[in-house]
Amino acid sequence: MIPVYTRRRIVNAINLTFSILAMAFGLFWLFWILFTLFEKGLGGISIATFTQMTPAPGSTGGLLNAIAGSLVMVILATLIGTPVGIMAGTYLAEYGQRGWLAPVTRFINDILLSAPSIVIGLFVYTVYVAKMGHFSGWAGALALSLIVIPVVVRTTEDMLRLIPDSLREAAAALGAPQWKIVTLVTWRASKVGIMTGVLLAIARISGETAPLLFTSLNNQFWNADMNQPMANLPVVIFQFAMSPYENWQELAWTGALLITLGVLGLNIAARFFLRKQVLPN
Amino acid sequence: MSKIHFAAKLKRQLLFDRIFHKVTWFFTFVVFALLAALIGSLIIGSIPTIKAFGFDFLFSADWNPVTEKFGALVPIVGTLITSMIALSIGIPVSFGIALFLTELSPPWLRRPLGTAIELLAGIPSIIYGMWGLFVFAPLFAQYIQPWLQNSLGQVPGIGFLFEGSFMGIGMLTAGIILAIMVIPFIAAVMRDVFEIVPSMLKESAYAFGATTWEVIWHVVLPYTKIGVVGAIMLGLGRALGETMAVTFVIGNAHQLHTSLFMPGNSIASALANEFTEADGELYTSALIELGLILFFITFVVLAFSKILLVQLKKREGTAT
Repeated sequence: MIPVYTRRRIVNAINLTFSILAMAFGLFWLFWILFTLFEKGLGGISIATFTQMTPAPGSTGGLLNAIAGSLVMVILATLIGTPVGIMAGTYLAEYGQRGWLAPVTRFINDILLSAPSIVIGLFVYTVYVAKMGHFSGWAGALALSLIVIPVVVRTTEDMLRLIPDSLREAAAALGAPQWKIVTLVTWRASKVGIMTGVLLAIARISGETAPLLFTSLNNQFWNADMNQPMANLPVVIFQFAMSPYENWQELAWTGALLITLGVLGLNIAARFFLRKQVLPN
Repeated sequence: MSKIHFAAKLKRQLLFDRIFHKVTWFFTFVVFALLAALIGSLIIGSIPTIKAFGFDFLFSADWNPVTEKFGALVPIVGTLITSMIALSIGIPVSFGIALFLTELSPPWLRRPLGTAIELLAGIPSIIYGMWGLFVFAPLFAQYIQPWLQNSLGQVPGIGFLFEGSFMGIGMLTAGIILAIMVIPFIAAVMRDVFEIVPSMLKESAYAFGATTWEVIWHVVLPYTKIGVVGAIMLGLGRALGETMAVTFVIGNAHQLHTSLFMPGNSIASALANEFTEADGELYTSALIELGLILFFITFVVLAFSKILLVQLKKREGTAT
């Protein structure tokens, strides 16, 4: 019979070992996935990756049109989503104490925040693509902006609420009207925090594939017309990875490496900014 | 003179105030209207199938675009099973990670390790899918699946779950990949709720001679149990709606199997695979209704987790 104290210590040791193993388990996948990406993707990166179009099966090429399409759609989605998100977030934080709209929108925004992104693609397809009769870059940007909006609304509201009321009262005591208090005092004080939200939103949409499948689809050629189907990295990766052609699969890995580095870089940058905002001075 | 000037200025500022208020109100209304439109369009889009099949849609395993017979049972079951597998692996691991980060890790390692786990959440889901299909699945078929069949597969009662050939892809693979994807979400929230436990509570238990594990199990966990359930719900919501990773590895077959080694389908992957190719009103409508069902399931899960987290916050306010 093992003494109770020894048994307790053994249980403790076993469970804490398990905890360390769990941590190792989590890190293991991160490093395995990153290792795979570098192993398979690094070899494919060359000047041609950034200067040539996506090739036909069997010939050489790059990812220029996909990278450009992704950039255009992500930038447009950010430009559409950020102002809407910031204004709505401002309303929720500054005027949200009264009326029916604020609580309802807050609730709805949380749903939108975690709605499966493929459902958002479905929505844009039914209200835009199906009506227009063709896939387009605009539809893709619109779907992505619907993912940006809830993220920005949420962070804007949270960040504005962090600003102490005494700051607002100080400005009001000096005779500033409310619109000036919001734009010149609270927005300015929470600038970094709101920026972080926007960065996180960009990081999230940069890798989104599901909503683009039904909206911008893909385009093998260079395309600057937003009303046409538009190439983009995630969908190119999806199609090329699923294809039987070796050169396509190789390009898919290269694209995967690029997109992951970009997204992780944005995540780290956002974290860096956030630390500055939460711990001023 | 200057009095009039000031009055005019004040009036103008008040006008600006009103305009600013209205503009922010307008954008808030836009956000509100967008989601209302989202739900509305899904419901309108699924009217044809609702009319054609009614509630049978939920319980029928048919999926035949040629004869236009549709049922959502296979994708619903696939979605639920893969999410359950993900949670049954993800919960203990996330718990271990949160425990390590809050109680065991040396302080200087906390931030880098926490960030590393959070980065796991940042990797785009399509990368998980590619990696799962090309790297994980072959190894899984070669080493893990035979081993599972020879060990767990021989246990009466659950052995049937591990029957069949070793293809690498299928429900179990999809569940495992999903587990890796939900771990960072669950672990991050668990860590945050573990951190709100007042250190006085923990220190009292230590003073009684409790081991670290006993403090976790008898003090930290009971204190945070609502938050922990909320974290799990959040992870579940993620797993249910995940599209690309699952699409790569689930096998996309509209069949019901008892074995987890066999291919299946989930709602999200059915949409990703078939939506652009769907022709005919009923086929499209059936897929849209699948989207509506998925939306509804995630909504319920999310609402539940919200309620739990709000309760935790309330307690945090009153607890001393």
